[in-house]
Amino acid sequence: MNSIVNGVDLSIDFAGIKAPNPFWLASAPPTDKAYNVVRAYEAGWGGVVWKTLGEDPAAVNVSSRYSAHFGKNREVLGFNNIELITDRSLEINLREIAQVKKDWPDRALIVSIMVPCEEASWMHILPLVEATGADGIELNLGCPHGMPERGMGAAVGQNPDLIEQVARWCKQYYSKPVIVKLTPNITDIRAPAQAALRGGADAVSLINTINSITSLDLDNMVAKPTVGSQSTHGGYCGSAVKPIALNMVAEIARDAPTRNLPISGIGGVSNWRDAAEFIALGAGSVQVCTAAMLHGFRIVEEMKDGLSRWMAEKSYRSVADFSGKAVSNTTDWKHLDMNFKTIAHIDQDRCIQCGRCYIACEDTSHQSIAQLVETSGAKRYEVIEEECVGCNLCQITCPVENCISMVPQETGKPYMSWEQDPRNPFRKAS
Amino acid sequence: MTNDLKHLPRVGENPEMTPQALADNFRDLHPPLTERQAVIESQRCLYCYDAPCIEACPSDIDIPRFIRQIGEGNINGAAQTILEQNILGGSCARVCPTEILCEQSCVRNHDAECQPVLIGLLQRYATDHMNFDQHPFARTADSGRTIAVVGAGPAGLACAHRLTMLGHRVVIFEAEAKPGGLNEYGIARYKMTDDFARKEVEFLLEIGGIEIRYGQRLGDNLNLERLHADYDSVFLGLGLGASRALGLTGEDAPGLAPAVDYIKELRQADDLGELPLAKRCVVIGAGNTAIDMATQMARLGADEVTLVYRRGVEAMSATDHEQEIARANGVRILTWARPLQVLLDDGGRVAGMRFEKTHEQDGRLVGTDETFEIAADAVFKAIGQSFAEASLADPLAVELERDGERIRVDGSFRTSLPNVYAGGDCIAPGQDLTVQAVQHGKLAAHAIHQDLMAKQEAA
Ligand SMILES: Cc1cc2nc3c(=O)[nH]c(=O)nc-3n(C[C@H](O)[C@H](O)[C@H](O)COP(=O)(O)OP(=O)(O)OC[C@H]3O[C@@H](n4cnc5c(N)ncnc54)[C@H](O)[C@@H]3O)c2cc1C
Ligand SMILES: Cc1cc2nc3c(=O)[nH]c(=O)nc-3n(C[C@H](O)[C@H](O)[C@H](O)COP(=O)(O)O)c2cc1C
Ligand code: SF4
Ligand code: SF4
Ligand code: SF4
Repeated sequence: MNSIVNGVDLSIDFAGIKAPNPFWLASAPPTDKAYNVVRAYEAGWGGVVWKTLGEDPAAVNVSSRYSAHFGKNREVLGFNNIELITDRSLEINLREIAQVKKDWPDRALIVSIMVPCEEASWMHILPLVEATGADGIELNLGCPHGMPERGMGAAVGQNPDLIEQVARWCKQYYSKPVIVKLTPNITDIRAPAQAALRGGADAVSLINTINSITSLDLDNMVAKPTVGSQSTHGGYCGSAVKPIALNMVAEIARDAPTRNLPISGIGGVSNWRDAAEFIALGAGSVQVCTAAMLHGFRIVEEMKDGLSRWMAEKSYRSVADFSGKAVSNTTDWKHLDMNFKTIAHIDQDRCIQCGRCYIACEDTSHQSIAQLVETSGAKRYEVIEEECVGCNLCQITCPVENCISMVPQETGKPYMSWEQDPRNPFRKAS
Repeated sequence: MTNDLKHLPRVGENPEMTPQALADNFRDLHPPLTERQAVIESQRCLYCYDAPCIEACPSDIDIPRFIRQIGEGNINGAAQTILEQNILGGSCARVCPTEILCEQSCVRNHDAECQPVLIGLLQRYATDHMNFDQHPFARTADSGRTIAVVGAGPAGLACAHRLTMLGHRVVIFEAEAKPGGLNEYGIARYKMTDDFARKEVEFLLEIGGIEIRYGQRLGDNLNLERLHADYDSVFLGLGLGASRALGLTGEDAPGLAPAVDYIKELRQADDLGELPLAKRCVVIGAGNTAIDMATQMARLGADEVTLVYRRGVEAMSATDHEQEIARANGVRILTWARPLQVLLDDGGRVAGMRFEKTHEQDGRLVGTDETFEIAADAVFKAIGQSFAEASLADPLAVELERDGERIRVDGSFRTSLPNVYAGGDCIAPGQDLTVQAVQHGKLAAHAIHQDLMAKQEAA
């Protein structure tokens, strides 16, 4: 496949895995078998991570598996599932993987694996996977539902020592790149990333799904998805998890030990802009599951088109050109400039007088917006500049785009961090 | 009543006007929203603070609240929010000229969108789909007072409902055989279909404490003096019973009729095919009654309907939206012409009308001496309703102070007579709209209640 789109080269080399573009499908139903994967490649995806393989006998799934957190217009904000890893035999999967890789040599094909945390299990499966000719493996140490009850998935991913151990076995018994997929169901994402690195992993990918209950059937007092009269927590993904995933990617990208560890960004990627954000915060590729499950594989076309046009506009010649560009601007709170000041400004020509900014600031922020009643009875909303703390709340609640802008103020004061701030009782003596 | 139209052919004689075709022509002008449409539309509401739409609603409905309740799937809650300010919220959702009220003020009219939230249709959705086990409003402890309400139109009904909520008993005296006032007899049939008007009154009466006595006409078998003596207070919601006359000779010729009389018959007809049809029809007037008349005659199958108004379109009281509806139904709107003479055929029946062209000179309307004729099988006058004087003829009633022909009231709907209140179309201020009549009735009820309580304390 041509990696040049709109004159921009979208190809990547991710930890030694080459792909014509950074858009990969995450290990999940879209990559469950040859039929889907071939359709995905036909649609233009740069790579796929095959649905997680396990030891035979294959997993068995329950009926009723997904649920969602809906917005008011039934748009899916978040998606939740209680599925297990592949429910097809290892042999069939391996056969299909080998065939697909042979037919589609230019696309990335990574095999996701989850077997018990025992050396023998890994020793057994890795040569079989190696024989398929796939480009690399991804260790599913993150599935948060079902599998942890059997000592796999997140049960491993929540224990840095086990992560390190499994990564080490993989590097020992497999020759190609090893990616460790991390679970977000943990307090500090840097610990498992460092463990993966210690174990010799070539890259990490994140996030897997987040423990979740999306909603309840209040008539029957049971959560969804409902299996008979019961339910269980699932794994949360889709747009709603993007902010959580972005932060975790950034945490790893700016953590000294893992600074140069390649990251495949996953979690809520739905369009080119989401992808650009992950890449800017340090990802070298992105993986998509929910957006494809909701709209089909065709979305990759808009993603490639949008990303390449934006890159051309910004004169980025490759994905690597802007990968990690926002990392250095992401810092600890203590390094923020205490002297920076911004205040809200309302563009009266755009304002539709809905009063939302007023009541938001009045009830819950700093009483910095005045409601003036003109002689005609019409309302006018004005920022009381001396009171405004520049919190952005009004701008967020305003329904009109670009109506409220936050305007940085010229204070004439130099940069001063909290560590230098005289108001800080624990200030470091300078 | 439309005896004067008996000579005309019947609507059903036209083979195209099958019962099915007629039913189609008088279906809802604005079809109700489906559940999905209502949810989507509800999301367009920005839940404004100090919302301009509320200010524009003559009955003070908390619009953002009821729309949010629809969005949250709380339909009974939404209906209650509407009904607590406007007990006839269901009919107002159908008949309010929202384009000059709430929807005109919606912030979503602003340049970027130019499309208000469909408040009226959402209000209809909530009131159509409410499903209460029992009437959603309760009466407070009986006050021992009884109030006489004259007229079971929107003003009288709203007043009665609020009074009974406040613990008083109410007797409504109504001249006609059915309640509802113009909701029952006047609103265009495609705005309020089926027997909605009757059902809404039934719902309203479920609260209890209200008795309606029909065939009771003030100025005929009822007088204000008696009511004043027998009841603790009296509320007059008489509406405007009479149609203004053109003041021309031939006004009583067969073929010339008040539009409201024809509309009343149309609303009550079980079989629209039996109505008299004016194949060529002239309507004189510029308000919503004229538009309703013209549009409905067109929908009954008339070949030619002309609405004639003596001034320009800008001066028409019918809203742009209403004018659009008429035009879309093939009604020709002719401006700057005034009626001069009723033209009669050999049998003395209306054959047409002669008009004089007009123009404005120094702000005054003047004739041009240039005339023209329009042939017509019937001419309907819709130049405004006026107060039916006969209602206020008894010795006490004649003492009521007036503003022009209408009853004078203060800011609390008190007339010049103690314990006598009035509201709706029969009083002076404001626009003659259903929603305003409801508001008057509601506010008058509070005034009556307060005055009674104040007297009790003083005693
Ligand atoms: C043809 C037409 C179409 C209209 N269309 C619309 C519309 O689309 N939207 C809108 O908002 N408004 C419309 N209106 C106006 C609206 O109908 C009135 O503003 C509203 O009905 C006024 O309510 P009311 O209670 O004051 O009077 P009415 O509805 O007139 O009710 C008065 C009641 O009092 C009774 N009554 C009268 N005299 C006596 C008496 N002497 N003794 C006992 N009872 C008596 C009458 O029988 C009647 O029941 C329309 C009016 C007309 C004429
Ligand atoms: C139905 C479903 C099944 C999944 N199965 C797996 C799996 O077998 N292995 C795995 O590593 N991740 C699995 N995931 C997690 C996804 O690969 C991905 O990490 C997560 O959905 C976040 O990305 P998204 O927001 O684009 O969906 C699954 C997700 C879903 C929705
Ligand atoms: S930025 Fe915050 S404090 Fe300033 S006006 Fe807006 S809401 Fe109020
Ligand atoms: S939220 Fe925006 S549109 Fe609404 S009043 Fe404030 S500035 Fe105007
Ligand atoms: S003005 Fe429009 S958007 Fe605002 S509350 Fe009213 S209906 Fe909703």
